[in-house]
Amino acid sequence: MRANETIAAISTPFGAGAIGIVRMTGPRALDICHRLFRPAGGGDLADAPSHTLHYGHIVDPATGESVDEVLVAVMRAPATYTREDIAEINCHGGPVAQRKILSLLLDEGAVLASPGEFTRRAFVNGRIDLVQAESVAQVVSARTEAGLRVAMAQLEGSLSREIAAVRRSLLGVLASLEAGIDFADEDIDDVDRDDAGKRLQEQAGRLRELIDSAFVGRVLSEGVRTAIVGKPNVGKSSLLNALLMRERAIVTEMPGTTRDTIEEIINIEGVPLRLIDTAGLRNSEDAAERAGIDRSRRAIREADLVLCLFDGSEREDDHDRALINTVPAERTIFVVNKSDLFRGRRPSFNLGLLPAEPVLVSALTRQGLSELKGLIAGRVLGGEIPAPASPVVTHERHKRLLEEALAAVERTLQGLRVGLGDEILAEEVRAAIVSLGEITGEEVVEDLLDTIFRQFCIGK
Amino acid sequence: MILPASSSHGFDVVVVGGGHAGCEAALAAARIGCDTLLLTMSLEKIALMPCNPAVGGVGKGQLTREIDALGGEQGRNTDRSYIQMKMLNTGKGPAVQALRAQTSKKLYEDNMKRVLAAEPRLYLLEGNAAGIDVSRETIAGVFLDDGSRIPARAVVLACGTFLRGVIVIGEQRFPAGRMGEPPSSRLSENLERWGIELGRFQSATPPRVDARSIDTDKMTVDPGDPSPQHFSFFSAATRRKQVPCYLTYTNEKTHEVIREHLHLSPIRTGSVSGKGPRYCPSIDRKVINFPDRDRHPVFIEPEGIRTRELYLQGLTTSLPVWVQEKVVRATPGLESARIMRPGYAVEYDFALPSQLRPTLEVRDLSCLFLAGQINGTSGYEEAAAQGIIAGINAARHCLGQEPFTLRRDQAYIGVLIDDLVTKGVDEPYRMFTSRAEYRLLLRHDNAHSRLSPLAHQVGLLDDADYEKVVRHESSLKDLLAELGTARVQPSPAVNDYLESCGSSAISSAVTAEKLLRRPHVSLDPLARAAGLDIEERFVPDVRRRAEIELKYSGYIERQRADIERRSRMESIVIPEDFDFGAISALSIESRDRLSRVRPATIGQASRISGVTPADISILSLYLERKAPH
Ligand SMILES: Cc1cc2nc3c(=O)[nH]c(=O)nc-3n(C[C@H](O)[C@H](O)[C@H](O)COP(=O)(O)OP(=O)(O)OC[C@H]3O[C@@H](n4cnc5c(N)ncnc54)[C@H](O)[C@@H]3O)c2cc1C
Repeated sequence: MRANETIAAISTPFGAGAIGIVRMTGPRALDICHRLFRPAGGGDLADAPSHTLHYGHIVDPATGESVDEVLVAVMRAPATYTREDIAEINCHGGPVAQRKILSLLLDEGAVLASPGEFTRRAFVNGRIDLVQAESVAQVVSARTEAGLRVAMAQLEGSLSREIAAVRRSLLGVLASLEAGIDFADEDIDDVDRDDAGKRLQEQAGRLRELIDSAFVGRVLSEGVRTAIVGKPNVGKSSLLNALLMRERAIVTEMPGTTRDTIEEIINIEGVPLRLIDTAGLRNSEDAAERAGIDRSRRAIREADLVLCLFDGSEREDDHDRALINTVPAERTIFVVNKSDLFRGRRPSFNLGLLPAEPVLVSALTRQGLSELKGLIAGRVLGGEIPAPASPVVTHERHKRLLEEALAAVERTLQGLRVGLGDEILAEEVRAAIVSLGEITGEEVVEDLLDTIFRQFCIGK
Repeated sequence: MILPASSSHGFDVVVVGGGHAGCEAALAAARIGCDTLLLTMSLEKIALMPCNPAVGGVGKGQLTREIDALGGEQGRNTDRSYIQMKMLNTGKGPAVQALRAQTSKKLYEDNMKRVLAAEPRLYLLEGNAAGIDVSRETIAGVFLDDGSRIPARAVVLACGTFLRGVIVIGEQRFPAGRMGEPPSSRLSENLERWGIELGRFQSATPPRVDARSIDTDKMTVDPGDPSPQHFSFFSAATRRKQVPCYLTYTNEKTHEVIREHLHLSPIRTGSVSGKGPRYCPSIDRKVINFPDRDRHPVFIEPEGIRTRELYLQGLTTSLPVWVQEKVVRATPGLESARIMRPGYAVEYDFALPSQLRPTLEVRDLSCLFLAGQINGTSGYEEAAAQGIIAGINAARHCLGQEPFTLRRDQAYIGVLIDDLVTKGVDEPYRMFTSRAEYRLLLRHDNAHSRLSPLAHQVGLLDDADYEKVVRHESSLKDLLAELGTARVQPSPAVNDYLESCGSSAISSAVTAEKLLRRPHVSLDPLARAAGLDIEERFVPDVRRRAEIELKYSGYIERQRADIERRSRMESIVIPEDFDFGAISALSIESRDRLSRVRPATIGQASRISGVTPADISILSLYLERKAPH
């Protein structure tokens, strides 16, 4: 236990537009915050009374520049969730700003909170006892759920409104099926299957849109998962460094939320790229890399965007050809490096092998880099990522539940096509509603009965 | 009245109330081996049906079937007393098919009374319970209204609509448990004094008319099934003349009359308080809520074979009698109908069921069990289902045995009781199949496979009856095994059959099982086309079960996987004395909700409305911390 330490974390995994919270708790929480916070109205955060809000800016002490416009909530022990001092920094900037603020807090001496640590502290301070090791898992899920509720509120209701609308429509279909089943001896028409099919198609479409939006959501909150692949010595790490240097990008090392790897974020013209398998990149010339293609394969699978790199000064070989066949062309930008070595001449590498026009760059001389950046930004923002005006799914768990709901709706539609019985169709529609209810926290039965009694005149 | 030798020291179990809940409770306790007294206001009114003359229906029928599987009486007694039998939802899948019987009410009462009288350890006593005797938070017996006391080791209260019952017709209000019967008001006060929290509900019944005064030519005849099935697995097949019901509809004229007199309806005058069931609205309510409907169905059901009373299902009302007559007579076929008994509403106290354990024992008063309408339910089937569980647990308590409960994935009875004790009620509770999340598992056809082994263990099903279930099960197993291996050849007969039911032809041999998993393909015709001699070797019930099991197998597997996933939560027990209020990590609201219901397991806690997954995580954390390692 790190009971005396002050811990900090980003507690809302949200993207641009939504307000994010960077939270800190522990004996030095207010002190650390005070060092970085420039209150708009003057005054001293360290003396602020408990449960007050303060408007101002978080300032980077190294440059003296404002990082973000923020609201800081000061809560003093013991009347807090953790029973310790808490500072909550509500930021406006997107994930990049949140990460920057977090990294400043860490620079000032806070420690990155491990998953569930806030709740664990709350627990420990409430009961004094040590937490048993096996309990941690539950605390983690508790934290996730608590985060979820905040998340719902943060979405300014648009996502939950959309989900509620889909759910309502599905409930209508379920009510017609169930009314026909449970009130068999009453004057109720059998469900109109064509109409039910139409309504289900519509909802499937809405669910698909929501699921698609998860990509935008994730990009906004986590960055575009990017893999740089290529055989050894083509210059992967030089390209990485070139991109980093040129941008003077905000680079934070932060533990991944799902995997415990260190990942790096580069900001390319406002588009956050999260590089995956950076360890592989860093050690690219060492023995481990000889595993070559195999290792890249995994990175490629996980990536939203692949930068596929070749050495233009050398003739292609079998490795290059294998790689070309491995990468998914629609998610890949082909980059031919070392243009300084063949400047003005035709590269030795046969560009005709590539399924798409490559960008020629020199990581060394930085030639072609701005073209590459433009292409990356264009790829990600142009067309591939819709504007986030509509509701956006930013949480992996929500996405999974939406996918389950969609799968159930699709099974219902399939069931309608082959003429399955009402009780089986009801089973599937219900499964979809249950999945949506797990996002919004609603139960089926009471809502269903309400809908039935509203829609149908039941009564012996 | 001959009481057993032990009566000077009282009985093991005293059941108060000879309604549907009370009869099952008393029979179960006595059959398990406890000296049991059934105390009820009038021995002339055993298992009386104060409302419709029918048992079963969708959801309710499954309950009756489960009661039978547990060794209860409602199913058998319905088979003895029916005058019409009908399988409902035959156009839909077998999971939602259910039996409904029209019964002869008097016959039903007489038959039940005969069964009670024949039960060796069961004693009947006419009397009026005025209170419970409690010593050190444990039940010690009941007091009668004459002051006498009957000691008991466990008491089941099954008082139906009698607690502070008030009947309402038009402007009239008078104390009564049912029409013509006194209410039980002292018992209500007594329960309140012991800290039992009561609520108030209301229910109503339509007028009965004289069969000679209606014109059935203007109605649709609704006959029974040509080859009626039985509720009880153990009933021998009987042939019996079935009596038809009739269907007519109200029309604009009927609605006009109602609208004209709405100002006299208790709904409008406010003379009736207490919440009524949404699924049983009065005709007044239907006309108000659905003004666009130009007609509402009226089912006309005979109340018995030795009476001319007809029950007008759909015309429930407590308007003044003279208005009831106008309403009835405005309806086609009923123009000259004579009312024999007017409709009325009854208002009554019930005990908030969140005060109960899943055994139906009152949490804070050991050995006091509540069953039936007193728990805020409505319906004969719901009452009987609770009766048998309360009776079993009262008996097991006396015998020093573990409590007996059913899970939601085992039985509708499990769903019913879990809903009651976990969610409470805000209107009279009726069973619907949509309340069950594992509906495809909880079927009419497999009730005995699900529950009879338990009943045999508990001592409610004797060896001979149990043997029948075992034989059925093993025959089913054989048939399923056979269908899994029997290869159906692509003969013209087989392909003709497959195509005739909209399925694609086969070009190579396929197992029968595989074909039966296809929608619309049925066992008997397939076996015939394929030349399998299954019909000769397996009885229809077994063939039907096999077909159902195969049809639903994919869904059943999914439901089982879901049950498996949740079983961990169901198995984490929360100690009796667990102090929810002391967990500061929970929100105040959640602490309140949990303290009220005091769930027995984490699974139950997770179903309390308003309790979030986060609350459940925190709770499990505490429980695991407390557990010894
Ligand atoms: C007017 C009316 C309308 C109804 N409408 C519907 C409907 O539309 N749908 C529906 O599903 N159900 C309806 N019901 C309810 C249905 O009748 C009951 O749900 C069912 O009968 C309840 O069974 P029970 O065993 O709990 O109680 P009951 O059948 O009511 O039996 C209670 C028994 O307890 C006895 N008793 C009560 N107090 C005492 C005492 N102090 N001492 C000794 N004996 C006592 C009574 O004499 C009675 O025999 C209606 C009931 C009434 C009266």
